[in-house]
Amino acid sequence: MSGATDRSELPLLRANGLTRFYGERIGCHDVSFELFPGEVLAIVGESGSGKTTLLNCLSTRLPPTAGAVEYRMRDGQMRDLFQLSEAERRLLMRTDWGFVHQNAADGLRMTVSAGANVGERLMAVGERHYGAIRGTALDWLSRVEIDETRIDDEPRAFSGGMRQRLQIARNLVTSPRLVFMDEPTGGLDVSVQARLLDLIRGLVTDLGLSVVIVTHDLAVARLLSHRLMVMRHGKVIETGLTDRVLDDPQAPYTQLLVSSILQV
Amino acid sequence: MSALDNTARADGSEGSYNFAYLDEQTKRMIRRAILKAIAVPGYQVPFASREMPMPYGWGTGGVQVTAAILGSDDVLKVIDQGSDDTTNAVSIRAFFEKTANVATTTHTAEATIIQTRHRIPERQLEEGQILVYQVPIPEPLRFLEPRETETRKMHALEEYGLMHVKLYEDIARHGHIATTYAYPVKVDGRYVMDPSPTPKFDNPKMHDMAALQLFGAGREKRIYAVPPYTRVESLDFEDHPFQVQRFDKPCALCAAEDVYLDEVILDDRGGRMFVCSDTDHCEERRTAGHRGEMAGEEIAARLSAGHASDGEDGQ
Amino acid sequence: MYVAVKGGEKAIRNAHRLLAHKRRGDRTVPDLTLAQIAEQLSLSVARVMAEGSLYDLELAALAIKQSRGDLIEAIFLLRAYRTTLPRFGYSLPLDTGDMLVRRRISATYKDLPGGQLLGPTFDYTHRLLDFSLAAEGGVPPERPELAKIDDDDAKIPRVTDLLGQEGLIEADRPAGETDDGDVGDLTREPLSFPADRDLRLQNLARGDEGFLLALGYSTQRGYGRTHPFAGEIRFGEVEVEFFAEELGFAVPLGRVQVTECQMVNQFQGSAKAPPQFTRGYGLVFGQSERKAMSMALVDRALRAAELGEEEIAPAQDQEFVLSHSDNVQATGFVEHLKLPHYVDFQAELDLVRRMRREWQERQTAEAGDARQEAAE
Repeated sequence: MSGATDRSELPLLRANGLTRFYGERIGCHDVSFELFPGEVLAIVGESGSGKTTLLNCLSTRLPPTAGAVEYRMRDGQMRDLFQLSEAERRLLMRTDWGFVHQNAADGLRMTVSAGANVGERLMAVGERHYGAIRGTALDWLSRVEIDETRIDDEPRAFSGGMRQRLQIARNLVTSPRLVFMDEPTGGLDVSVQARLLDLIRGLVTDLGLSVVIVTHDLAVARLLSHRLMVMRHGKVIETGLTDRVLDDPQAPYTQLLVSSILQV
Repeated sequence: MSALDNTARADGSEGSYNFAYLDEQTKRMIRRAILKAIAVPGYQVPFASREMPMPYGWGTGGVQVTAAILGSDDVLKVIDQGSDDTTNAVSIRAFFEKTANVATTTHTAEATIIQTRHRIPERQLEEGQILVYQVPIPEPLRFLEPRETETRKMHALEEYGLMHVKLYEDIARHGHIATTYAYPVKVDGRYVMDPSPTPKFDNPKMHDMAALQLFGAGREKRIYAVPPYTRVESLDFEDHPFQVQRFDKPCALCAAEDVYLDEVILDDRGGRMFVCSDTDHCEERRTAGHRGEMAGEEIAARLSAGHASDGEDGQ
Repeated sequence: MYVAVKGGEKAIRNAHRLLAHKRRGDRTVPDLTLAQIAEQLSLSVARVMAEGSLYDLELAALAIKQSRGDLIEAIFLLRAYRTTLPRFGYSLPLDTGDMLVRRRISATYKDLPGGQLLGPTFDYTHRLLDFSLAAEGGVPPERPELAKIDDDDAKIPRVTDLLGQEGLIEADRPAGETDDGDVGDLTREPLSFPADRDLRLQNLARGDEGFLLALGYSTQRGYGRTHPFAGEIRFGEVEVEFFAEELGFAVPLGRVQVTECQMVNQFQGSAKAPPQFTRGYGLVFGQSERKAMSMALVDRALRAAELGEEEIAPAQDQEFVLSHSDNVQATGFVEHLKLPHYVDFQAELDLVRRMRREWQERQTAEAGDARQEAAE
């Protein structure tokens, strides 16, 4: 996947020297990069490499020990995320951002209907027309290939793949510009994974989303991302265009990683 | 000297209690909380609720608020379920008669302070009157989010989307909003507030009310308020606007319409009648000559037989 | 004139008279004296004082008599009475190291300075009903000879202090020192979360014995394990002192009996701190080892966040534990369901009827459609 990024634009997200310690242990260390509108960045590495720590720091779910994360607000201003008030940050998280968890139950309300799951963000930003909310929910359910008759069912009754698609719809309903994804296809059957990846790729392209996706699966990175960041022991050891890194890895660890998996 | 010797309480006299039971320092503390509550309408002010001589959940919050604002020239009315004569209302009224020696009344118009559980009187309240609500669970978000730390944040950041999720679910499931009492309201366009378990029938009365409305939750240690003439909106959707219950028939005793009715079961063959829940309102109307279809005094007499019995003979 | 429950006032009066009558029971049986309750039901009295947060044997005995032996009701009576008492100030922190010890045991050392003092305990008794107690006016048991404690031994060091000398256990904070510099008072300030340890301990000290017992037990069964050892349990009398501004020094007010439990819990270390045992603390009025031990287990469990442990079990969840530990609050709210709710119930009744009607109509309509289709 390539070509969707417009590098002539200003960056949407910028990390600078981002570092997180857990006591003496390094979570991630001195990570810097820029993410541009419409760009998909994959962070790959083995478990324990610090990729999830990095994602949580970027999305303000975890305060970093050092470094800064800046984000271009809708008004064009670049703001340091950890200087925002909690109100501003929470508003950002439920409007301009999305977060897709590996475990859909972490990102859904399991005891309210699919329609309410999709509609919650709309209601949170002041939508007060039941018919309109329901209409939007129906529209989004069909966009993520969930049958409209399931709108009043609780996600508890959904399969793993359906839950994940519902979680994506719930995140995208407010037209966010940036979506964080943490192993979105993890734990799903291979055939279900393929369908979900297709769906994500379509949505990302159609909506021009910027995405930071964490995955241990290089095939997922190959399929979705424009750029790749390889992490090991909390540090970024190689970064570049996805095709370049996977076809011509420079760092010995990346070479090992690429050769150790099935080629895609 | 033991505590028993230096107190006059052991002999059963109430004379040694401070006016309205609480000591002046405690009352001042409660008044400060009340003032803050009035200044920030709908905001739940934490206060150091005291143990009262009635159980938590039986009106200790309302009693503490009333005790803090009560003056010797006040006229107190206490209702429960709209009635002055339900057991808990009787008990609380007796408490203030004993500890504060204030005048009490059953007439809404005569009262300066009305303590209530579950109803707002039908008669429109006036300036200078204070309505004190007993509140069991002050947090409107409690059953959506059990954590106090989280709900306080939600209030602070005005994150009320979850409240509408609940209403959305009602409509999706039942075709209409299925909340009938403790129906959440937004006060002065800012805080979402629990009106206490009054039927939603009473919600419109809270809006722009001339009287001051105070809410006391003893067990949960919260006081909140709606100042006079404040905007109080029941949460709803544009295409599913808030609606109150309507009764098919008028009150069987006083023929009042547009009032909240209690269902009284008359026999075990399905016989029932609907009568005003606000007993003072009903009496006033009947004194003024209004008659419903079952104004029969004998029914009333039969229903009034309240007596204590432990099921043994000869006690 | 119609009023649904006119006569409520009279009914209440009669019910209360009946209660007083029932409380007294059979007139041929002698009336209980407060001294009898205080002397012979002393553990009930201790519990009522502890959870009622008021140390007064006579008032507690009175409360038990008045409540017909319902201890939670007695606790409630004491609490309500407590509300009316003027507050002169705060006593100085108790020095339990200076306790006149009646019982002191340690499960962590076989022998230790001051020794193991069994004192009056149910431990090691066989739980056989003693029918000799059923006979009235029996010969009172002889008072056993008490071990002589001479002055040198009188000071019985606390086990945790012995561990502390070696730095094996986290240091005790100096009396009165807390995170925010001030010892809170949950009877004067509403509890807010997160609550510091001073307030948590106050809450637990007046918390329901049964509730804390169940929570402490749950930590032993794996819901938030703390690997506890009963470092020391001591029971005895301590002096209560009050600093009198006018005099410029502390004056003793009297002695209270307390039970103290110091749990020694799992150690942990990091690069900065060497491995150390941690503490769980329990202190209650009177002799109540079950309560003191449960309190210590729960106190330690509630320190999970502070000690960097994962919070996953109910006993570690301070909002859950502290919000539900008070039995006066709990009993009031549970029992308030007895109060009339007919206004709310009427609203629900209305709604259910309406929803049933709508359901019925839908069924009829669907059946009609089906017939229609069948006919076509």
